[in-house]
Amino acid sequence: MTENVIEVNNLEHSYGDLKAVDNISFTVKKGEIFSFLGPNGAGKSTVINILTTLRKIQKGEAKVNGYDVAKESKDVRRSIGIVFQMMCIDYEMTVFENLEYHGKIYSMAKEHRRKRIDELIKLIELESKRNVLAKDLSGGMKRRLELARGLMTKPAVLFLDEPTVGFDIQTRMRMWEYLREIKKEGTTIFLTTHYMEEADQLSDRISIIDHGKIIVTGSGSELKNQLGKDLIYLETSDNKAAANVLRTIESVKGINEDMRFLRVMLGVDATHILPKIMDVVRQNGIEIATVNIKKPSMDDVFVHYTGHGLREGETEEKYEKREAVEALT
Amino acid sequence: MSFAFHAIYWREMVKFFRFKSVLFSSLIQPVMWLAFFGLAMSKSFDNLTAMLPSIPGVPTVDYLSYMGAGIIAMDVLFSSLFGGTTLLFDKKFSLLKETLASPISRVNIVVGVGLSGMTKAFIQTGIIIAFGRLIGMNFFKGYDPLQTLISVVGIFLLVGIFTLGFLFLSGSIAITVEQPEGMQSILTLLSMPLFFVSNALYPVEAFPEILQFLSMFNPLTLLADGIRYFALGTNFSVMGGHYIYTTADIAISFLGLISFALAMLSIVLWRFNKVDV
Repeated sequence: MTENVIEVNNLEHSYGDLKAVDNISFTVKKGEIFSFLGPNGAGKSTVINILTTLRKIQKGEAKVNGYDVAKESKDVRRSIGIVFQMMCIDYEMTVFENLEYHGKIYSMAKEHRRKRIDELIKLIELESKRNVLAKDLSGGMKRRLELARGLMTKPAVLFLDEPTVGFDIQTRMRMWEYLREIKKEGTTIFLTTHYMEEADQLSDRISIIDHGKIIVTGSGSELKNQLGKDLIYLETSDNKAAANVLRTIESVKGINEDMRFLRVMLGVDATHILPKIMDVVRQNGIEIATVNIKKPSMDDVFVHYTGHGLREGETEEKYEKREAVEALT
Repeated sequence: MSFAFHAIYWREMVKFFRFKSVLFSSLIQPVMWLAFFGLAMSKSFDNLTAMLPSIPGVPTVDYLSYMGAGIIAMDVLFSSLFGGTTLLFDKKFSLLKETLASPISRVNIVVGVGLSGMTKAFIQTGIIIAFGRLIGMNFFKGYDPLQTLISVVGIFLLVGIFTLGFLFLSGSIAITVEQPEGMQSILTLLSMPLFFVSNALYPVEAFPEILQFLSMFNPLTLLADGIRYFALGTNFSVMGGHYIYTTADIAISFLGLISFALAMLSIVLWRFNKVDV
């Protein structure tokens, strides 16, 4: 039997006349890694702040570890660990002291606290840095320390808000390994990210969120499979006309028109259908400039469902406004 | 209310002893006040006092001892008034987020910071009393050991309550303003009248009446009076003025400071409950 560690029903949240979260519902199962994937300003942070009781719930219902975030906030707080989007460890305290402080404010008994600190310092491989001031750690190490801090109380759910934003790929991949390790220990993980790869590599299930709404939810492979077996990227002299022609072909599941490319989704293996596609386009007097076959990635999934890339010119301004409002409040 | 305020207290003290420059200056500052300002001023005031006829039957107190009480009051005023700045920086660097997201209630944070400030004030008070003795500040003159002990306890109690009050005030400002510069200017603005409209450094008898009246409500006056009651006795003269402290006076000091601290506590809790992370 799988039980839900997080249950959200019809959640809505507004800042003034801006609807940051627009009637969303989802569940997170015990022991899974669940991601919110979306651009900055999509409403991810607002949801995480509501679930961690940092922001008062306006409309709807949310339960974490069986506790109502509105009525049982203290119990919710005791059940969770948080890694905030912005780095917030005390640079003037050592690795040990940062963890010790956290254990103390959660009223962990000394013996229990010290044992947990030893375990976690081992987990994040900072044994040699135990008594080093946090300011003398590298960026990745600081983030690991925050991760360890979030795990001090052995929370039922660990919330991570953009855990690897701004890090290089090695550091990020290392972070993912730690998160997989933590998952093995049975901790449920809820994370927000705007890195496609992060959501794809790490999560059991992903919700794509855009403009405060959940667009689609599923595992990475489920989402990608919905785009068909293969994708063909075509650059032609008349993309619009080419799209119209291609829609008549049976194995073509769908077409997105990008700025420069046509993204053709195929229900069959591209190697067999590609010659036919090229013939049909050319027969209609359209020149083909480039062709590219690829397997669907999370980027393609994202574009397919939201109708735009993570950031594009026309939506930029709107996102910035949303992002600013989310950050401010 | 849990004992989680201990965590806050622990963190503040770890950092107090870690920043050697802060530690050093907060320990050396009271000594410098006494050594430079105190010795220089007392010399000139004592010369003037010597020209005045002494009041028969009333012990005369030298200016250094009189001022010593004021220096304690002033020193703990400044350190506690600026003590809340730690919260401003915690807020600015998002460090407060971790604590505010935890299950502990906010009163723990306030109490933890308050108690750490109190500890620092006790250390400073101890230094002034000890160093003052070395340079001829006559506290507890003619007291037996028990009287001295009671007086020391009395002084520390007053200092403790006073410090809590000002830390709560400082904490409310810190949690409300956004910029360290803003905090700095508010504190400077506050400290000026507090400092001068009080009897910390000189008797208020020569003040215009309105200032005399106001000084009665100044926590600094209440503290300085209380310290003098314990350190110098109930009946003495200084610079030609005759001081008599009654039990009612010391009760007023205690009650006044307690009400001040409680009022500030409610303000800081009000401000803290408004803080969003």
